[in-house]
Amino acid sequence: MSKHTISVKINGTTYEGTVEARTLLVHWLRDDLHLTGTHIGCDTTSCGACTILVDGKATKSCTMFAVQADGRELMTVEGLEQGGKLHPLQEGFHECHALQCGYCTPGMMMTGLALLRSNPNPGEEEIRVGISGNLCRCTGYVNIVKAIKYAAEKMRETQQTPVATGEGGGD
Amino acid sequence: MATEARHVHGLGEAYKRKEDARFIRGQGNYVDDVHLPGMLYGDIVRSPYAHALIKHIDISEALKVPGVLAVITGKDLDAAGLAWMPTLSNDTEAVLALDRVHYQMQEVAFVVATSRYAAADGVAAVEVDYEPLPVLVNPKKALDPDAPLLRPDKKDRQPTNHIYHWETGDRAGTDAAFAEAEANGIVVSQDMYVPRIHPAPIETCGCVADYHAATGKLTVWMTSQAPHAHRTLFAIVAGLPEHRIRIISPDVGGGFGNKVPIYPGYVCAVVASITTGKPVKWIEDRTENLSSTGFGRDYHIHAEIASDKDGNVKALRVHTLADHGAFDAAAQPTKFPAGLFHICTGSYDFKKAFVEVDAVHTNKAPGGIAYRCSFRVTEASYLIERTMDTLAHRLGKDPAELRMQNFIKPEAFPYRSALDWTYDSGNYEAALKLAMKNVDYEGLRREQAEKRVRGELMGIGISSFTEIVGAGPGKHFDIAGIQMFDSCEVRVHPTGKVLARIGVQTQGQGHETTFAQIIAAELGMSPDDVDVEHGDTDTAPYGLGTYASRSTPVAGAATALAARKVRDKAKKIASYLLEVGEEDLEWEPGRFYVKGSPDKGKTIQELAFAAYTNCPPYLEPGLEAVNYYDPPNLTYPFGSYICIVDIDRGTGQVHIRRFMAVDDCGTIINPMVVEGQIHGGLTQGLAPAMYEELAYDENGNVLSGSFQDYLIPTSMETPSWELDRTITPSPHHPIGAKGVGESPTVGAPQGIVNAVVDALAHTGVRHIDMPLTPWKVWQVLKEKGLATD
Repeated sequence: MSKHTISVKINGTTYEGTVEARTLLVHWLRDDLHLTGTHIGCDTTSCGACTILVDGKATKSCTMFAVQADGRELMTVEGLEQGGKLHPLQEGFHECHALQCGYCTPGMMMTGLALLRSNPNPGEEEIRVGISGNLCRCTGYVNIVKAIKYAAEKMRETQQTPVATGEGGGD
Repeated sequence: MATEARHVHGLGEAYKRKEDARFIRGQGNYVDDVHLPGMLYGDIVRSPYAHALIKHIDISEALKVPGVLAVITGKDLDAAGLAWMPTLSNDTEAVLALDRVHYQMQEVAFVVATSRYAAADGVAAVEVDYEPLPVLVNPKKALDPDAPLLRPDKKDRQPTNHIYHWETGDRAGTDAAFAEAEANGIVVSQDMYVPRIHPAPIETCGCVADYHAATGKLTVWMTSQAPHAHRTLFAIVAGLPEHRIRIISPDVGGGFGNKVPIYPGYVCAVVASITTGKPVKWIEDRTENLSSTGFGRDYHIHAEIASDKDGNVKALRVHTLADHGAFDAAAQPTKFPAGLFHICTGSYDFKKAFVEVDAVHTNKAPGGIAYRCSFRVTEASYLIERTMDTLAHRLGKDPAELRMQNFIKPEAFPYRSALDWTYDSGNYEAALKLAMKNVDYEGLRREQAEKRVRGELMGIGISSFTEIVGAGPGKHFDIAGIQMFDSCEVRVHPTGKVLARIGVQTQGQGHETTFAQIIAAELGMSPDDVDVEHGDTDTAPYGLGTYASRSTPVAGAATALAARKVRDKAKKIASYLLEVGEEDLEWEPGRFYVKGSPDKGKTIQELAFAAYTNCPPYLEPGLEAVNYYDPPNLTYPFGSYICIVDIDRGTGQVHIRRFMAVDDCGTIINPMVVEGQIHGGLTQGLAPAMYEELAYDENGNVLSGSFQDYLIPTSMETPSWELDRTITPSPHHPIGAKGVGESPTVGAPQGIVNAVVDALAHTGVRHIDMPLTPWKVWQVLKEKGLATD
């Protein structure tokens, strides 16, 4: 199996690694870099537990090879909190009881972030469409919708301008 | 007294969850997050056939794969006496198949390698020579003379595919009531299938087994809903000393019953760790999870109600055929092979009832487990709520009116049912009335009538369910013989901060918050000052785990009582410090004070400090207590749900316009958590009603082995649930709580099916089996001449 050296900026830090061509990005993040906040739930790109941002775009990291991330900028759940301050999405999920077992939560928040960057003031239906690629088995989505609304409001209040790329910070 | 001390965020407060802090940062610690030095990975060779003989297994090529260290087969396990393991239902299950596979995806060999990828390569390189056998998929054919015998391994004690017959109730009395109704009243009957479904938590099952030869200690991080019971089972099955087994159930990404049984993968990982001397991780993928681990339901039910001509119900008669798959791995109390299915008289005052269940083997995955349900309550509630609607339609009576007429009356509690349960409390009329008021039921019926004139299909479905949760009592309920009690240990540190350890375990229910609130309420302190630990058998007191809505009813009671023991001791210390008799002390949240002298008192923190620094000479120092609680009865949460649907005559698509859920779970510890539980439970009730089914083809191939075929509701399908509540505290629970996690999963499906049938009832439709897919509904529309282009 051919091996490749890759260099990827994740949450503002550059990581170098040697991976097999077939190594899935999610396995590299979890098993090699120990960024275990990104989860695996299905293997068929259905559940979204592994969602991260790749160059600012919500991406299911179980369906991308680590080599494809070479030279790109990633953001994972570990990059949400900045300088000891929770991201409005993290705050919203806590305030609105939008998580129970917590397993889908990182992917759900990353999808929520991509959504809010493209649509800072989404209505309920837009949020439901936006997170429809992320499965949650615990919450029935009601409070997740509320949490994303909460974050949207908070982000608008603090006049945080959405940034175009996926590096940590800026939100 | 300062108000600060009084406000403790105890019972009834929507205190924000303590556990969220790690989850929202991606710092949860799930089993697959555990990385140990030198850790190896296991992966499983599984059968592509539903029924076949294994002629030969060739592992030689697999052993040549770089990184593969070992391949364990059934024969290897057999040499150690581990090829078979007991199920939770008095059957034995193959850990790795020896000479025969019984279902598709059954475990055949376990490959151990240095990485996930090498292990998967090894799995692909194992050659297994199978000889396919005739496959039995339909349980109704399991007892045919030409049916293949699926379990020759136990033919001495079970010569056919028939596993058990179980019956309860008064057969003769019930038959007499039916004879009377045949002559002078009404008899309705309903056949229904509650399909095989899967809990499908987003985290699959898995473990990391770590055996140290030098100390003889085995540590297993494991997706376990019942860590202590699993420890005992490991000790019994593997012959390991129990004090050298430590099960850690860390953060668990949803359970819903899926993580109650012990699966072959866990056992193989343990064997592999003992064999290699290295930690071994085994994590199943989604297809393995859906295709091989504990399913729920799969009950073919025939239900009959006898009533008089006015609709006063007299008797209930039920026969059920249960499909357990290849091994009876149902997670049930030993005494009750069909669980608590005999709660099926539901919310109604039946004088006579008789229930029988026959269970058979088929070439499907073993089970079934209680999927978000207290041992077959879902099936029971479904059958009674569906059949009550059949009776209403037969009588031409409004289903709400028929229910009101037959409810067990509030003054009848405690109520002894015809099938011998003693319902602790209830007020069914109040819940249904509230739900009807909230949706303007009369207005909806008027709207429906108008729509029918216009040819539009609108339905209103009611489900007035009664649950039975919180097992024990231990004399009736057990897991593999271990009585179903539960426990809590409360330690108050010198500075007044508390560490509590509980015998149950959370998979998202929020125990770290709600159990802290129970202690906060009892001791008058902030939940922030109480940390709750769970899931580690080396530290937590023995408990039976979290399933069947038993955490709050049983361990919640133990927690309140352990905290009260602490408070009782604090009172003795207060009496010593304040130099008054205990009878002269009054308690207010957080503080004992001298009667009549409220300024003369000691806070719980001061008393905790004194317990370690100035303890009365006649008391043991320290301030801690443990309670093992065996409940005197189960609890009986209930509710009334109303679902309103519109059906598209062109596509058969069912649109849920509104769903009003009124729940009564007794005293509420944290309304925010309860609301979250109900939202999630309703969604898991919607799922089988509309989308999910673990289907098999005639060759026993799993047709829904991934999330592309097994359709978990997304945010698009899930309605905005509307909730309301009544509160009828349990009279026997120390804080009056009843448990809520499963009520909505139990109550919701029949609300939806009743609504769809109600929309079509005027055309003679009496039943449609779940899931109500557009295709299935459209076929009914077509048959009734209702389908439009």
